[in-house]
Amino acid sequence: MSETGSLYQKRIPIYTRSVKGKFRNFKTAVLVLAYTVFFALPWLPWQRSSAASQAVMFDLESRRFFIFDLVVYPQDIFWLALLLFIAAVLLFFVTGLIGRAWCGYFCFQTLWMDCYMFIEHMIQGERPARMRLAKQPWNPEKILKIGGSHAAMILVGLWTGFTFVAYFTFAPQFFADFFSGQAHPTGYFAVVVLGLCTYVAGGLAREQICIYVCPYARFQSVMYEQDTLAPSYDTRRGEGSAGRAIPIEGLRTQEERQAKGHGDCIDCGFCVQVCPTGVDIRKGLQYQCISCGLCIDACNTIMDSRGWKRGLIRYDSERNLRSETPAKPHLKWKNLKVIGYALALLVMTSALVFSIGTRSDVEVRIQQVRQPLYVHLSDEKIRNRYEVHIVNKTEREETYELKVRGIPESALAIGAGANPAIIRAGKDVKLAVKVDLDEHLAEKTREFEFVIHARATPDQAVVRKVNFYAEHQEHHDETGHQ
Amino acid sequence: MSQDQKQNVPTTGHVWDDDLQEATNPLPNWWLWTFYLTIVFAVIYWVLYPAWPIGKTFTKGVGNTISYTARTTDGKEVQKTTHWNMRSKLMAEMNEAQAAQKKYIVKVAATPLDQIPKDAELMQFVQSSGKTLFSDNCAACHQAGGQGKLGLAPNLVDDSWIYGGSYDKIQQTISGGRNGMMPAFKGVLSDDKINQVANYVLSLSGEPHDAQAAKAGDAIFHNEGGCVVCHGPDAKGNQDIGSANLTDRIWLWADVPGQSTAEGKLDEVRKVITGGVSRGKMPVWSGRLTPEQIKVLTVYVHDTLGGGK
Repeated sequence: MSETGSLYQKRIPIYTRSVKGKFRNFKTAVLVLAYTVFFALPWLPWQRSSAASQAVMFDLESRRFFIFDLVVYPQDIFWLALLLFIAAVLLFFVTGLIGRAWCGYFCFQTLWMDCYMFIEHMIQGERPARMRLAKQPWNPEKILKIGGSHAAMILVGLWTGFTFVAYFTFAPQFFADFFSGQAHPTGYFAVVVLGLCTYVAGGLAREQICIYVCPYARFQSVMYEQDTLAPSYDTRRGEGSAGRAIPIEGLRTQEERQAKGHGDCIDCGFCVQVCPTGVDIRKGLQYQCISCGLCIDACNTIMDSRGWKRGLIRYDSERNLRSETPAKPHLKWKNLKVIGYALALLVMTSALVFSIGTRSDVEVRIQQVRQPLYVHLSDEKIRNRYEVHIVNKTEREETYELKVRGIPESALAIGAGANPAIIRAGKDVKLAVKVDLDEHLAEKTREFEFVIHARATPDQAVVRKVNFYAEHQEHHDETGHQ
Repeated sequence: MSQDQKQNVPTTGHVWDDDLQEATNPLPNWWLWTFYLTIVFAVIYWVLYPAWPIGKTFTKGVGNTISYTARTTDGKEVQKTTHWNMRSKLMAEMNEAQAAQKKYIVKVAATPLDQIPKDAELMQFVQSSGKTLFSDNCAACHQAGGQGKLGLAPNLVDDSWIYGGSYDKIQQTISGGRNGMMPAFKGVLSDDKINQVANYVLSLSGEPHDAQAAKAGDAIFHNEGGCVVCHGPDAKGNQDIGSANLTDRIWLWADVPGQSTAEGKLDEVRKVITGGVSRGKMPVWSGRLTPEQIKVLTVYVHDTLGGGK
């Protein structure tokens, strides 16, 4: 090793102390809700006529995503683009207002880390017990407790992987196949890889994911404003003029402390002990801070026990903390960035809702056959050909009728395929369509319309304008000369 | 690296150009472990896949054989099992693809031609498989979209069929081929008479012509020239022998639509009568294509392209 030291910072193990308070309660509520939704959703049955009866299923094989009564087809991929955009802007918007709320309460890394810490707490006990256990030699107790908690974490990880895979297949069937050894090797592979990744990220790497892997920590500074609320330590109140001090004899009451210039922080270290990323919030805003609010809970507990005012650590803005006359912390949304994000969010969300709300039950694509563009028939008619592709996006078998508008109905002839076409739910059909026009009519016709509608819903017709090609359009000058 | 740090870094002791030194900084651990992993991967790969040359042979890989069915040049099917290699993998994948198509091919074989278009699912197969077959075998003459080429191969997209456009006739044409010909009239008829017949032929489809000459041509067509024998008294041709219908505006051998002047059109027709037609050859496809492939092509030509009459 060189004298410059190791290239890597060795991880200092973090043993978090448990804490009670409103942020802890909120985090627990989010965890319970998120886990309930994530783990239970694949098992929710739903009445379907054309696919497995599962409320949420991403059926890659039939290329359909079932989300309750919404069926998403590959053509709807731009919904995903909109969704991603909305998610990104929502993140920026929230960060501008209250900092890394996503990180602290909702991020899956946070949730699984929380869950794994809970497991450790259950098996190995509170922080001092865990630290003692880590130091003691490998005896049966240590093997049992450490091994047991890691086994439990791996199990949770594997169940997470299993649940993830269950979204892509019929869950009850997959469950039966999985445990009877009948499932496809890909299924086992996916569950094991996802399970181990979950265990490694949430059980071993933990806060290192937030600090070293996640890019969010690195760009939070760009998104924070002077007015952004974040868990902050009130330095002025905590330190006073002579700094923080432990409450030894003569420094027990606020009056005694203030007389000697000490602030309200009794340097108990509780806020550091509860922090899942091992941050000392009293050093100010740091990129390691995921804004979970547990230090606020910790400090409030201490303030309550001493009978002092809460909020030595609180959600507050940088500007307010610095100000000579601090106001009560409140959301400040009146700046260009936040309003801009809000507007973008509103527009994109409306676009998504509108697009999903007005989705059509039938997808129609029409291509003109270009080899050749037109052809002369023996009875002097001119023929154009089109490939009409109809996708039935409903949940039932439908009959689709194809008609023409703007030219005589007799001009329409179907080569391959039947008109009306019967298409099963979620399936598609390609019709080879021929349109024959008399020469004099072809002369006048530059375009016409195809009208496609399902028999069940004749009022919801899809109208597509297409071109009609004939000789005159290409040799116009020549015929003019003749 | 800054000047003061430079002094502290241990070096190998190698110095070039007075001050250029070789530092001995440790490799990052993640890099090192990734490197070890690639070595482990390589060893596993050597065992499982063909790897080391040994004299004139090589290690074949363990537990990684590929089996496939191949067809020899004389049409015999043979089962082969070899060590892992890309060519055999392709063969095995082709076998799989063929097996996947099998159910449709069996269905094509069992379904009468005119019933195939009524089966929507089967028709999807015919449309995609037919397009490939057509591109591979037919497009060289009939062009990619089946639009044909004047003076070479008929247009399959229109409704004019030299040998008939029914399913049976198209199937017959593909499997048995066709050999269309027209005798040359040079020497049989005088140039003048050929000119008159050409005027008559143009008059049949309403093209510009000399009415006087056409009238004389009419007589030659029906008597001296003997054109009626093949083209019929109404000049509408005969699909049984493949003689052209001269009354419509569809041309195969004489490029009448391509000429803008009356003289040019007349010249085109005159050339065909003088020299005859000897290029109307459609090759025989039975034997080269399976009966099912011919059936698929028949339906493709009939329904997706032109057909009907």
